Amino acid sequence: MAEARLSPRVIPDRLQSRGSRVLKSWESLLLVVAVLIFTINSFASPYFLDPWNLSDATFNFTEKAMIAFAMALVIISGEIDLSVASIIALSSTAMGLAVTMGADTPMLVVVGLGTGLLCGAVNGLLITGLGLPSIVVTIGTMSLFRGLSFIILGDQAFTGYPASFAYFGQGYVWWVFSFEFALFVLFALIYSVLLHKTNFGRAVYAIGNNQTAALFSGVRVGRVKFILFLLTGLMAGIASICLTSRLGSTRPSIALGVELEVVTMVVLGGVSILGGSGTIPGVVLAAFIMGMVTFGFGLLNVPGIVMSIFIGVLLISVIALPILWARARRRVAH
Amino acid sequence: MHSLDLYISNSITPVDCLLLQETTTSRMKPAIALEDISKSFPGVRALSGVSLRLYPGTVTALIGENGAGKSTLVKILTGIYQPEGGVIRVDGEETHFPTALSAAHAGVTAIHQETVLFDDLSIAENIFLGHAPRNRFGLIDWKKLNGDARELLRRVGAEIDPTIRLRDLGIANKHMVAIARALSIDASVVIMDEPTAALSHKEIHELYELIDRLKADGKAILFISHKFDEIFRIADRYTVFRDGGMVGEGLIADVTQDQLVKMMVGRDVGQVFPKVDVAIGEPVLTVSGYRHPTEFEDINFELRRGEILGFYGLIGAGRSEFMQSLIGITRPSAGAVKLNGDVLVIRSPAEAIEAGIVYVPEERGRQGAIIGLPIFQNVTLPSLHRTSRSGFLKLANEFALAREYTQRLDLRAASLDQDVGTLSGGNQQKVVIAKWLATQPKVIILDEPTKGIDIGSKAAVHAFMSELAGQGLSVIMVSSEIPEIMGMADRVIVMREGRIVGRFERSELTAEKLVRAAAGIAEAA
Amino acid sequence: MAKILKNREILLVIAIAALLVAITLRFPGFVAPANLARVYNDTSILIILALGQMAVILTRCIDLSMAANLALCGMVAAMINAAFPGVPIPLVILVVVALGALLGSINGLLVWKLDIPPIVVTLGTLTIYRGTIFLLSNGAWINAHQMSDAFKALPRAPLAGLPVLSWLSVLAIAAVYLLMTRTPVGRAFFAVGGNPHAAVYTGIDVGRTRFLAYCLSGALAGLSGYLWVSRYAVAYVDIAAGFELDIIAACVIGGISIAGGIGSVPGAVLGALFLGVIKNALPVVNISPFAQLAISGTVIIIAVAVNARTEKRKGRVILKKAEAV
Repeated sequence: MAEARLSPRVIPDRLQSRGSRVLKSWESLLLVVAVLIFTINSFASPYFLDPWNLSDATFNFTEKAMIAFAMALVIISGEIDLSVASIIALSSTAMGLAVTMGADTPMLVVVGLGTGLLCGAVNGLLITGLGLPSIVVTIGTMSLFRGLSFIILGDQAFTGYPASFAYFGQGYVWWVFSFEFALFVLFALIYSVLLHKTNFGRAVYAIGNNQTAALFSGVRVGRVKFILFLLTGLMAGIASICLTSRLGSTRPSIALGVELEVVTMVVLGGVSILGGSGTIPGVVLAAFIMGMVTFGFGLLNVPGIVMSIFIGVLLISVIALPILWARARRRVAH
Repeated sequence: MHSLDLYISNSITPVDCLLLQETTTSRMKPAIALEDISKSFPGVRALSGVSLRLYPGTVTALIGENGAGKSTLVKILTGIYQPEGGVIRVDGEETHFPTALSAAHAGVTAIHQETVLFDDLSIAENIFLGHAPRNRFGLIDWKKLNGDARELLRRVGAEIDPTIRLRDLGIANKHMVAIARALSIDASVVIMDEPTAALSHKEIHELYELIDRLKADGKAILFISHKFDEIFRIADRYTVFRDGGMVGEGLIADVTQDQLVKMMVGRDVGQVFPKVDVAIGEPVLTVSGYRHPTEFEDINFELRRGEILGFYGLIGAGRSEFMQSLIGITRPSAGAVKLNGDVLVIRSPAEAIEAGIVYVPEERGRQGAIIGLPIFQNVTLPSLHRTSRSGFLKLANEFALAREYTQRLDLRAASLDQDVGTLSGGNQQKVVIAKWLATQPKVIILDEPTKGIDIGSKAAVHAFMSELAGQGLSVIMVSSEIPEIMGMADRVIVMREGRIVGRFERSELTAEKLVRAAAGIAEAA
Repeated sequence: MAKILKNREILLVIAIAALLVAITLRFPGFVAPANLARVYNDTSILIILALGQMAVILTRCIDLSMAANLALCGMVAAMINAAFPGVPIPLVILVVVALGALLGSINGLLVWKLDIPPIVVTLGTLTIYRGTIFLLSNGAWINAHQMSDAFKALPRAPLAGLPVLSWLSVLAIAAVYLLMTRTPVGRAFFAVGGNPHAAVYTGIDVGRTRFLAYCLSGALAGLSGYLWVSRYAVAYVDIAAGFELDIIAACVIGGISIAGGIGSVPGAVLGALFLGVIKNALPVVNISPFAQLAISGTVIIIAVAVNARTEKRKGRVILKKAEAV
């Protein structure tokens, strides 16, 4: 049999070199697409290649991408968190409330992060503690968290954030590099290491591929998943600080529909929506692609809602195209 | 005790299976005939040019090891798979079954193990789903449906209320519902895929009676089973598959059990177990008073160093459930475990692994292997704390550990980086065992370690088990295969309905004693 | 008693009754028949939508695009009416029901033919359908004065004491009830969700059944689109935004298992009514209407926890003495 033929006694570690594997990956395809879009954009608009314009463009994706890193881990583990946009709203509302009570900037950061962690803990407890399906739980907390913002704010808005608070969303670390972009780079590195270089990351993959077998193999499935929901909550809290700082105000409808863009970014980045596979570099590339496309459309004066059509089409076609491609190849093979 | 006699009968008369021929050629026309059927999947040739004929009023046994192509054949017969080559004839007419519905219309129906009914629908609906009686407006006529269901259930000898949910039935009654369904579509061909796997002794006999009735009604029955006693009890004809090909067919009356086994495995029956005598040491694991509200009670035993302790019983006797509570998957309601004299409290598999007790689960695909991850990551998953440094992976250590254990188990694979899902069942099992061995346990529990793997891998696993015991490891082996239990165990505990019903030393072990204890039959006078 | 508590429909009736009693203690007028009829009428659209969502969830899928579908169909109905006031209203309804079914069938096809997870498909079509409204209307509103009187009057027209809107929902309940209990397609929804593998062996095409469920949910969303726009006499991009959550909430409260295969028409209707009563009672008992979203969320979470508890598979009983039956 086929197996017997290629069965040396000493089994080599790898057959394919890492290089050839990288070349054939989804990530390299994304890289090609990103370069392509970059080139097209720079021809389509004379304003595109301006460093400050490019820097502005990064704000299109940095906040979402920070959440997408944590979301990628959640989706790889076979779960989903649809409540992230509502966590942004609730964190922002909490910070607004803190401002009215006279909190200073460090306190606001604590409130923002704390609210995010708390929301993540609620999700995590409901999902791992009670064993409920994450999709329904987070649809529920999605209404709950934003609903709480509505209860607190009604049709009002919080403004009056301290001047030093503006740094997170409007400050620059060096030249054209914004604080948000620096944060994005930092988290890209942290999550790459966490997912690809640690035992925790391996556990995430194991759970996503076969939760039962992972449990039998001594992976503490409940604990890992709880941490993952804490992380998405935390990242949503961080994104909320950046967004609130950038906008300088809080309304209960803040970041409405962002969960969709985050999930799209993750799936576009090559993470399987069914769990078990995907990489952080893929998500980073997807973030750049979505950011550049949004920016390009913006330069061409395409309204935001039309961009959302594009994102919807992108989400479906990113999943559909590989399926159609595989089918077409099989047909050719026959 | 017809069945027991066959279990125990030991008269081997080697007859070359190729010379084996039908002494009486049936003059009947087959109800359905498969001719020269082939089917392959990516990388695997599941069936190559097999033929099968099923005659009205006849039970044909389909025999073959796991992976011989039986289930593929059933799927072709029921329209789930399309063959690549060959012809299906129903009453002599060439037919195709492009869908499951077309196979049902042609009168072919299959009774599978558990999975094929709907737990949350009523019994009546389970019987009539897809062909419910309708009133003159084309709407489902529930009154007639329930009435007809009641009538069908009476015909199969199951007096159950057809309006209750299927979930509330036992497995035996679920089978009756499946058979009632077969009758309801007036099937001419009934396929029974291991129908007795989870039935009690009494229920099996009721099933036999029902099959006799179906025969009398002129149904052609395909009976798939691993149990030779029932094949000889119920079947008229046999067909043997091996490695996707047909290797023999004929009348049951013309063949012996040993001849069938020989055809099935393609070599001599006398399986040699590589049992090595090991000096058995002090008690390592002591379990006392273990109980669970619904699954088991009064489990007390000791496991000693270097010992292979067999747990025998029928499927569903509570053995796996007990073992899983031992490693913290389920919580017992009472009981104590001591390892080397220290009391252990185990709340999760992680804690069990830490303590040195590992469990190699029965369901390789669901609980054992992590399909989608490469071999080396499967092997190192429970040992990551040893191969890594302060939480960060060290790939070189992982490959080293994986290489060491996969070599010890004689794994056959192209590379350690290969997805474990691309391996054969036997090699997957080796990876799974390597995974738990790499944690350097003190006690290893193997649940049906050779279920569904090829003969070569079986022998490797058995040899390895002996080697482990020789190195002073304590082994618990849960097995439902009598030869395996008799060949490998130093001591055997028999469980039935969640309780220990027999304990045997190797010296006093006989197949008859095991079967009697497991089935709850009194000692023959 | 235990058996009654296990029956979701009876439990919901008790819960709704308790809710009504509690409200009545503070505001006796709430249970006046006229007010109850108003509450029912107000919940009618949610009921119709929940029926469609139920069919989809039963097959182990989900339709997040229903509210967007509704909004798109509502906009098309309003635009037809604004441009051609002479077109008879029944024809308009027919057109949007067909359009809704078409949009639903797109979801269904993607799930059936390409095997894309339903949540991804409908998240995607949700934004696409919403965006399409913008493309059609250029972001403009269609207001009451642009709609013909007949267009606006139909849902309000009294018929035997109740508005046509209420009657339409009653009709939808009856039709879907017949479909679910008395036709092979309806039973196939249950079978596909309960055990997809077994459904294949029974000769049921799993993908096709899911496709049909999406067509049904789409058609009902289309109908609701006309009803919504005519009732509130306005059409714009964001109508019923976020309403998909209320629809799912109604189903989850009604005991329809998100894992598929379990649920009933009375359950979905009662789940919608439960939400309807809460929504209408909030202003009465002086709770800010802004609290509604949070309450829906809380109720979803409680309902899914209760569902999980009742669906928990009975462990296999091995010890004979413990076996009840």
